[in-house]
Amino acid sequence: MTTEWRDFLPRIEKLAVAAGLDYNPVDFEAVPESFMMEIAVYGLPVRMPHWSFGVRYIYQLIQHRMGHSRLFEVVFPGNPGHAYLARNNSLAENVLVTAHVLGHADFSRNNLLFKRSQQQVSDNIVEHAAQHARQIARAIEEHGQKRVEAVLDAALALEQHIDVDQSVRRDRYPEYAPAKALPPDDTFRTRFHALEGEGDAKDAVARQRAPVPPRPERDLLWFIANYAPELEGWERDIFLAVREESFYFYPVFATQIMNEGWASYWHARLLREADFLPQQIYVDAIKCHSDVVRPLATGENVALNVSPYYLGFSLWEEIVKRDGLDGARRVLREDDDFSFVRNHLTAEMAEKLALFRYKVEGSGAVTVTERDLDALRETLLGPKYNFGAPSVAATRVRVDGTLDLEHDHTVDGRGLDVERGKKVLEYLRRVWRRPVVIHTVDEQGATVELAA
Amino acid sequence: MDETDSQSDHPGSNPRINGWYELFSRGARDWLRHNEKVREAVREHLPEIIAGADVVGGGARTVRVPVRMLEHYHFRLRRPGERDGVGQGAAKPGDVLARPGQGQAPGKGAGGRDDGGLEFTLEFKVEDIVDWLWEEMQLPNLDARVGKAEEADWTREGWDKRGARSRLDRRRSLRESVKRRAIQGESPAFTDDDLRFRQLTKRDQPAIQAVVFLLLDVSGSMSERDRQLAKTFFFWAVQGLRRQYRHLDTVFVAHTTEAWEFNEQEFFQVSGSGGTVASTGLAKVREIVAERFSPARYNVYLFYASDGDNYTADRPQAETELTALAEVANYCGYLEVSATAERELGSETGTLFKSMTAAGKPVGSFALGRVEDVWAAVRHFFQHQAPQSEQP
Repeated sequence: MTTEWRDFLPRIEKLAVAAGLDYNPVDFEAVPESFMMEIAVYGLPVRMPHWSFGVRYIYQLIQHRMGHSRLFEVVFPGNPGHAYLARNNSLAENVLVTAHVLGHADFSRNNLLFKRSQQQVSDNIVEHAAQHARQIARAIEEHGQKRVEAVLDAALALEQHIDVDQSVRRDRYPEYAPAKALPPDDTFRTRFHALEGEGDAKDAVARQRAPVPPRPERDLLWFIANYAPELEGWERDIFLAVREESFYFYPVFATQIMNEGWASYWHARLLREADFLPQQIYVDAIKCHSDVVRPLATGENVALNVSPYYLGFSLWEEIVKRDGLDGARRVLREDDDFSFVRNHLTAEMAEKLALFRYKVEGSGAVTVTERDLDALRETLLGPKYNFGAPSVAATRVRVDGTLDLEHDHTVDGRGLDVERGKKVLEYLRRVWRRPVVIHTVDEQGATVELAA
Repeated sequence: MDETDSQSDHPGSNPRINGWYELFSRGARDWLRHNEKVREAVREHLPEIIAGADVVGGGARTVRVPVRMLEHYHFRLRRPGERDGVGQGAAKPGDVLARPGQGQAPGKGAGGRDDGGLEFTLEFKVEDIVDWLWEEMQLPNLDARVGKAEEADWTREGWDKRGARSRLDRRRSLRESVKRRAIQGESPAFTDDDLRFRQLTKRDQPAIQAVVFLLLDVSGSMSERDRQLAKTFFFWAVQGLRRQYRHLDTVFVAHTTEAWEFNEQEFFQVSGSGGTVASTGLAKVREIVAERFSPARYNVYLFYASDGDNYTADRPQAETELTALAEVANYCGYLEVSATAERELGSETGTLFKSMTAAGKPVGSFALGRVEDVWAAVRHFFQHQAPQSEQP
């Protein structure tokens, strides 16, 4: 089936380049379906072992058996990029998917978030993650499964708790607080220090140890890796490996709507221009395209979520129509999903796409709420804030080594799930090796302290 | 575009990139690791789980325990009383898309529970469980009382260059081949001289045989629940004995005012009516011992489950029978099952067994009121029984 697909590849690439796509070379590889499923579970073709992936794998398997999901391709950015195609794709599907992959490759080479992560983490994340996996396999050999697992339990639980505004390679805090500037007119002090035996005291006062952390620290993986009282070298390496992968995952997460929309826009466009395709393949591929970007609800139906393909594709079509391809490319370079949705999901578009906001009450009743564009956008983006995790920051290390975490409930609107919170603290305690507490609020809004 | 050409017509057939995908599944590996963790967790709570589980089928070799998948915890916000979402389709403000109770919650798959937690079933081998438990509770291994009778059996002993193909020891043969090739250099991988076959010889071994009598009071006063308790206890007690004895016969006897022997299936379904005369049951056991299980060849165990309401008039008779049984048996255990079990074992039968224990006979008793205590009962009997059998 895949026989002829590769024959089309050079011609599709030629079309893409002519249309202005600008991408790193991509390695295509056809892999078994089972492997596709694993890529979807792990997020990377080779990744560190952890039992939690096993759980996700089973869910994926069940979903797959029930026919809810079918994966055509997965692309990894880099130079070269890697694209994995499901081996059982039909020829027409593979033609479409190839064009789609080129759209992704263009996106990941030009979008700022992606560029940054590739510069900082690696421009070959597939290899890089495989190295991490090997590193952890070695750690298991050396220190045993139990100990490595305890570290991974903690590190992967904090997977989303990084600070993407900071650099991947980040220095420790300065050891000493900056010296306070002396008041300009300081005659008394000057004369006082001129007294015999007072000369050195001045320097001693100026050098004051800075508190750790100097300000609330949201990059928990980094903070624990650097400041856990008795963390061993190999444990620290695991934390930093997980953190690096998180830096890679962030752009993928934060540009999903844009990225999938862009790739869909391009596979549709390249397909239209591909006059070399046999008629039947063209028709099949177009069918497949409309399956991918179709709204979840058509006609009288209603869906309680929105397909990112549909949303992204429709917005990009609109942008290209309005601002031309150059305008669209500027958006591609500079935006992420937040700015993309806020700037380009207009009232007309929301209406055209039949988007609505609804409310689910505790009783299970679902009601459609008033039209309000801002609220609609924010509800759509809500799950994406802060890498999809509650805002938690490290605020203090007490004298006895206890780590204080603070949950910013004012940002999130409500407190943490107590049971889960405690379990995470138990994971953390095993690597921090001192008590760990977190402050959040309960249902009534009163402050509560969870500890482990 | 060289690469495209060199990759033949079927991209998957390229040996460079093919291979391990099919041989190795990381998902499956991590899933197995997850199951291992679940097993560990289950093991820690094993006594509670299996005592309560409906595991005691006839001759069950495995126990199926329903477990939930482990969750890898993350910080998460509390489940809100009310939440917002964005949907898509033909809906106007004010439309009600789902009414209370209408399960419209997305993400609930088949077999799913509250937050999408899946349940699945783990199977444990009964032997494994018994081994774990004995380890966990540090129960002693029993000493067999009789072992004089001899029994010829085949055992493995040594290797030979000739033998039946089915007894080829491949590891050994390979070792011989490696040794030979180290000396000879260039030579075929295997020659006939390398082959080693396991040899069998006939050896006399002491026969360790045992019989356990499960005596159940099925009189009208025994409720269904009482019998379920007794059944669970019997099951694990028998498993414990089986761990020790290669040949363990089980004999099922039920009694009311009379006693009958049953097979296993019927035994747990028997329900009688009328009063309780314990001596009939004990007499029946003694009769069977005399007929089929000579104490000279068998280790005899008796477990008797009853609610203890024996006829007072039966007391001397029951005492005689029990005394006679205690002479030949390794151990006699009495389990008093009753919803209102008092630890004092003040019932008629309870008093009888207590007095025997006090007289230094290999007899013990335990009052079982709740299914959670089944393990306490098993532990009680096995701990008491061991010292008894150490000094015959």
